[in-house]
Amino acid sequence: MSDATHTGPLAHHFETLEQQNETSAIGMWAFLVQEVMFFGGMFACYIVYRHMYPTAFLEGSAHLDPLLGGINTAVLLGSSLTMALAVRAAQLGKRGQTALLIGATVVLGLVFFGVKYFEYAEKWHHGLVPGLHWAPTGNPDPHLHIFFALYFIMTGMHALHMVIGFVLMAFVGVRALRGRYSPENYIGVEVLGLYWHFVDLVWIFLFPLLYLLSAHLGGGAH
Amino acid sequence: MSTEHHVTPLRVYFTVFALLLGLTFLTWWVATIDLGAWNTTIAISVAMTKVMLVVLWFMHVKYSNKLIWFFAAAGVYWLVLLFGFVMTDYLTRLPVTGWGG
Repeated sequence: MSDATHTGPLAHHFETLEQQNETSAIGMWAFLVQEVMFFGGMFACYIVYRHMYPTAFLEGSAHLDPLLGGINTAVLLGSSLTMALAVRAAQLGKRGQTALLIGATVVLGLVFFGVKYFEYAEKWHHGLVPGLHWAPTGNPDPHLHIFFALYFIMTGMHALHMVIGFVLMAFVGVRALRGRYSPENYIGVEVLGLYWHFVDLVWIFLFPLLYLLSAHLGGGAH
Repeated sequence: MSTEHHVTPLRVYFTVFALLLGLTFLTWWVATIDLGAWNTTIAISVAMTKVMLVVLWFMHVKYSNKLIWFFAAAGVYWLVLLFGFVMTDYLTRLPVTGWGG
């Protein structure tokens, strides 16, 4: 194990590939725990404001379409499945299948963006974008802008994480095609998967907390 | 960790995905019924169940070493601290009546 020559995927500062892989996995997990705190701050903000202005949140949520949110939830869960299958393909040394499944994950992510674009455009059209185009009709709750500020910040930061995911997937997808991964050394695909699943986890909470608050009132967008 | 990497059977991934879709439908369906404060409790419970499914199987924590488990638990622990301390403040505030009562 102490040979000085630097060959293959094993970096010289690691004893074994197993040690190198575990280090990479722990590194990504440490980053993700930091990400939990990053989004956690926004969720704490959500909890405080929803506690203070519950009626604004009920009214705001009624402007969101649970069907579109639900479709996007299913699409994102599907992208997590294709990502998990991409990691599995990498474990089995199937480089073409790995790249194909990463590509499928990107496509599903773009479908999510398509729905999100439609939703954002509709909010703009109805004057529900605080700070940029705020002109809600009727008799809006005086704190309605707080709900929509949180909606755009939280879904926006989530979307930014997806864009970063697209860049990482392009990088890892090309490396997979070039045969840079093997059943012994696929940690690059594994940590990409960890990142993408984390983005999915954030949405799992955003969907019920933003879209479903007033569903029992006959719900749906208006 | 001298064992080979765990390759999860396809059947497991598809089962987890089907459960996640089912729970998404469940969280929508429950939200259409007026249960008062229980709506939020149930929504968060369903979301946490979905998180467990994703973390254990998609993120492979079920087959990972103790250090990974420790990191995953640390994320939950700090979140509980953050939400807990913030809300012990906001939930125990009294209305201010002004200087000198």
